[in-house]
Amino acid sequence: MPEAEPVTEKNTKDQRSQHDPDERGHFGPYGGRYLPEALMGALDELSAEYDKARLDPEFTGEFARLLSGYAGRPSLLTEAPRFAAHAGGARIFLKREDLNHTGSHKINNVLGQALLTKRMGKKRVIAETGAGQHGVATATACALLDLECVVYMGEVDTERQALNVARMRLLGAEVIPVKTGSRTLKDAINEALRDWVTNVDTTHYLLGTAAGAHPFPVMVRNFHKIIGEEARRQILELTGRLPDAVAACVGGGSNAIGIFHGFIDDSDVRLIGLEPGGKGIESGEHGATLTEGTPGTLHGALSYLLQDEDGQTTEAYSISAGLDYPGVGPEHSWLKDTGRAEYRAVTDAEAMDAFQLLSRTEGIIPAIESAHALAGALELGKELGEGAQILVSLSGRGDKDVDTAARYFKLVEDV
Amino acid sequence: MSRLAQLFEATRAEQRAALVGYLPAGYPTVDASKELLAATIDAGADLVEVGVPYSDPVMDGPTIQAAADQALRNGFRLKHLFEVVESVSARGGRAVVMTYWNPVHRYGADAFARDLASAGGLGMITPDLTPDEAGDWLAASDAHGLDRIFLVAPSSSEERIALTTEATTGFVYATAVMGVTGARESVGASAADLVSRTRAHTDLPIGVGLGVRSGDQAAEVAGFADAVIVGSALVSKAGESAAEVAALTAELAEGVRRPVVPAA
Repeated sequence: MPEAEPVTEKNTKDQRSQHDPDERGHFGPYGGRYLPEALMGALDELSAEYDKARLDPEFTGEFARLLSGYAGRPSLLTEAPRFAAHAGGARIFLKREDLNHTGSHKINNVLGQALLTKRMGKKRVIAETGAGQHGVATATACALLDLECVVYMGEVDTERQALNVARMRLLGAEVIPVKTGSRTLKDAINEALRDWVTNVDTTHYLLGTAAGAHPFPVMVRNFHKIIGEEARRQILELTGRLPDAVAACVGGGSNAIGIFHGFIDDSDVRLIGLEPGGKGIESGEHGATLTEGTPGTLHGALSYLLQDEDGQTTEAYSISAGLDYPGVGPEHSWLKDTGRAEYRAVTDAEAMDAFQLLSRTEGIIPAIESAHALAGALELGKELGEGAQILVSLSGRGDKDVDTAARYFKLVEDV
Repeated sequence: MSRLAQLFEATRAEQRAALVGYLPAGYPTVDASKELLAATIDAGADLVEVGVPYSDPVMDGPTIQAAADQALRNGFRLKHLFEVVESVSARGGRAVVMTYWNPVHRYGADAFARDLASAGGLGMITPDLTPDEAGDWLAASDAHGLDRIFLVAPSSSEERIALTTEATTGFVYATAVMGVTGARESVGASAADLVSRTRAHTDLPIGVGLGVRSGDQAAEVAGFADAVIVGSALVSKAGESAAEVAALTAELAEGVRRPVVPAA
């Protein structure tokens, strides 16, 4: 076996692909670092460590072993013919991230960053969570790798996702309900950033989505790229051709950017992000950042943002806690502006219809987040017509959403 | 010479540190914030930092977060900021604005600088904007004659201190501790160390903020810094009354006049 080339600054730079941001983390005008000076040292350290690790066979080997031997990768690709019968004759394929350990795509990024935390010699991890999927995944990785874990979660979300709070505590994590602002994901990130600036010497902030300051967007994307790489191979094996469209839900955008990157150079494959349209765009109660937002800075990056004319972040709304976020990862903003990806809004009602339809036609209960992508696929199928192939990122399973669904569909009494 | 440079020339001549007081515009209401700022000026603040209430203040602790929330709930809009700054100038006070970047970005950096300058503001402190991303602000501050105050932190490397002081005008803001704003029992040795590391890179005056809440602490910081910056402690008093704000300001103003020179 040839000896691995030593990791140097030069070959680190050579490793950058045309889809990587510039050295300071810009995708076109978006991204960058809009955070206090006190965190710049930690971000530089993280960038340097990640640039070395991504080329270090010891790191990449350990990451690959954890993905296959622990997370359960590769995840399946499942055709959904009974569901697709409602999609205008298109074929629909589900990338089954719901089957990963902990029940969503989040584990990919978490294992990568937890390994990096160990490499940096840090012992404590903090994370934010909305639906609880990222918090559960982080608590899991910290249990596995013997790291102290603190998860910030908006108080509203701790109520609507109580089961995941219990799950995190079972795994040994401390869950801190955040009572400031809108008491959802945005405020959980604010609180995690405040913790980080105070404890940065000992602590890694394990950000759960492809947003935030450089290097998070590119690093998180790269940890999730495996979703798209596997799916591309699988759909070629299964059908002999590439899909016509790839659909994924977009809150912060990590599962979407991961699956999109498997197809980003396949210019005939449409990349479609589905945002939470909440009660309808016209109601003002939604989280459709790319559809309705304007560029601004939040949580360390310039990206599309839901904000008022004074630059105050406005509150997002979605039935799905994991999509209830007024910002979005900066690479999505760039993909929108360049036209490489398209973004559409799906309402709560459309998502819940798709949620129920998949459950009843395929025996798969999806996360409500992922149900936005499913709803988008139903529409796309009708547009693309007979014989079209649509790949859907089924980013998570719906166990955590059973309570919400029971209320929504009035499935049990007294809830 | 910039008006901030004149201010520090005067305080240096008096062999004392400057007192810089922070209060948010619009807290608890727009009119009340003008009165509170007037009280700090009358009681001896050499410079006031007028804070912009913002929805996501990641560098602020609970006191300033709560004040920002209340100001926004009470109807603070960005146009009020310029009105508040103007009230400081009209009273003969000096004001800089402290703001997170997004409100400026949204308003337009050049338009913001223009309107701040025309309200008599002297410059701006940007807690989440470092020189790395500050191209628009560097141009706008130059165009409108405003000072741009960037921050250094105990975690800043020598390279970053060099980069930051190079881009800064007026004075350098040294954050005394790693953490968010809020009154603390002690300011810590890291502040003195950071000031001395920063002095190796610049002749600009250096102000120290984060954690100062009493006259004695002000005297301690005045022993090694050119300005003592007080925020959360004043904001707490602002929640009580203008008289409380004036009393604390007077105590701090007395503190900066008796610098405790650190033992060598």
